Amino acid sequence: MTKNHQMFFKMLFTLTVIAVLSALVLSHVYNLTKEPIAKAKDNRELEAISEVVSEFDNDPFAEKMIISTTDKKDKLEFFPARKNGVINSFAIKTYSNSGFGGRLEMIVGFYIDGAIKSFKITQHQETPGLGSKADEPKFKQQFDGFNPSKHKFKVRQDGGEIDAITAATITSRAVIDAITRAINAYHNFNTGK
Amino acid sequence: MNKNSYANLTRGIIKENPTFVMLLGMCPTLGVTTSALNGLGMGLATLFVLILSNSLISIIKGFIPPMVRIPAYIVVIASCVTVIELLMAAYLPTLHSALGIFIPLIVVNCIILGRAEAFASKHGLWQSILDAVGMGIGFTIGLTLLGITREILGNGSIFNYSFISDSASPLLLFIMPPGAFLALAGLIIAFNKLREGK
Amino acid sequence: MAYLMIFISAIFVNNIVLSQFLGICPFLGVSKKISTAVGMGFAVMFVMTLSTIVTFLVYYSFLQPYNLTFMITVTFILVIAALVQMVEIILKKASPALYEALGIFLPLITTNCAVLGIAILTIQKNYTLIAGVCYALASAIGFTLAIVIFAGIRERLAYTKIPASLQGTPIALITAGLLSMAFMGFAGIGN
Repeated sequence: MTKNHQMFFKMLFTLTVIAVLSALVLSHVYNLTKEPIAKAKDNRELEAISEVVSEFDNDPFAEKMIISTTDKKDKLEFFPARKNGVINSFAIKTYSNSGFGGRLEMIVGFYIDGAIKSFKITQHQETPGLGSKADEPKFKQQFDGFNPSKHKFKVRQDGGEIDAITAATITSRAVIDAITRAINAYHNFNTGK
Repeated sequence: MNKNSYANLTRGIIKENPTFVMLLGMCPTLGVTTSALNGLGMGLATLFVLILSNSLISIIKGFIPPMVRIPAYIVVIASCVTVIELLMAAYLPTLHSALGIFIPLIVVNCIILGRAEAFASKHGLWQSILDAVGMGIGFTIGLTLLGITREILGNGSIFNYSFISDSASPLLLFIMPPGAFLALAGLIIAFNKLREGK
Repeated sequence: MAYLMIFISAIFVNNIVLSQFLGICPFLGVSKKISTAVGMGFAVMFVMTLSTIVTFLVYYSFLQPYNLTFMITVTFILVIAALVQMVEIILKKASPALYEALGIFLPLITTNCAVLGIAILTIQKNYTLIAGVCYALASAIGFTLAIVIFAGIRERLAYTKIPASLQGTPIALITAGLLSMAFMGFAGIGN
């Protein structure tokens, strides 16, 4: 074997060993963290649900249902909240693709009469300090008790009754878009039954 | 601690500060520092990756043929980053989602490969760790300072504690992209003045 | 229409350098002259599009089917590094003229976080291959646009009297900040 060959095999060998070791270590860490990561995600969702519905004593996760919008394009997750067995409010996991930074995911809570209670944004790529304000009380509180079937559910700039976040109209519209999607799915589910 | 170790530890903090002097790792520096907490989190994540990768590379440096050292280092660094990323996703989910794409991008942070090549590949384990700690702290200080500056100016708060009334409007520009450039320019001017003054 | 939207958004609204902060190092490093900026821009365009295609195929044909998605960072950076090497070798043999023009920029691109960033974002955004290619190409065009404009301004700045304390990096950063502000004017176009 020439010196060049030897060198080549040495390089190949070292790189292979490093790659295999790295894969082994990573798969081990991945297996260790798989459960905590899934749990952290569930916890975040459960926390978000508790934040947007009335007080409950059931496990909304266990009663999760999949509901779809009228155009059958979207399948959303529906979580009923019960107190002493009676549904007092419910949460729907919804999304909008028209955020300023793209996709925006949230959980919306509704009173049993269909009025909005609150929402919690679970994932977004909005501008910090502008679009990200959508998750702050100042913007959110106007949604509490707002019934989209009785009032115009649009931002003021579009002739509706929702005050958009200053300098983040697009994000405000995306929030409304996401909630509208949830309402659509809920009505579809209600009338289809 | 002898003089040499001390020099290795403090080099990254002032003399070769990665943020203010060397201008390394600019992407996360500008990208995540919209708040003091994000800056601190990113700095610490980088610090841990740096310690891990510098130690590992210092240990394995003897076994690696010089011609393939860069790809070998890249694999080691990428593995360290993935470990840190998985741990953050599991135990610090909020920070993990706030830093987003910039966590996997720690791999291509010039500081990490730069220190591996310039320092860890030539020095022993202990000195390499000291170097990593120094550089990591220097980077963390840079990011945190930038984060604090931008958060105070742009959001009227510091580490999420707001000090202005709800109706007052802060200088939003500073948490928007242009503010990142401007705030860093300001801090570098200040850092240079301070160093000259000494 | 959707592809056009991706294009406009990636070039102007969410410009990769000025609002996403990817690829800042070459943006600040090789922007002293327009000619080098153009060279860098084309090199990035070439590598970014190519690497997004390859990493996309690797992800959906190996990583996802075998549940190895946690290896994404390691795999992608290796694929990109190998790809850049290959491009360099092929270019050297096939087109010495092009190699002359782009060659020196290629090694720098491996550690350009924009390339890895776009490759990962294409996966995160659940783009199809065609949308991913559009996205990568448009981002690279956005990069080129930003760096060429920036180099143009810096060429002029070289003839200007700049206050002592602003010389060097600070004035470059301030210029970048102003440029970023100008690009903010595009905000909301896509919506």
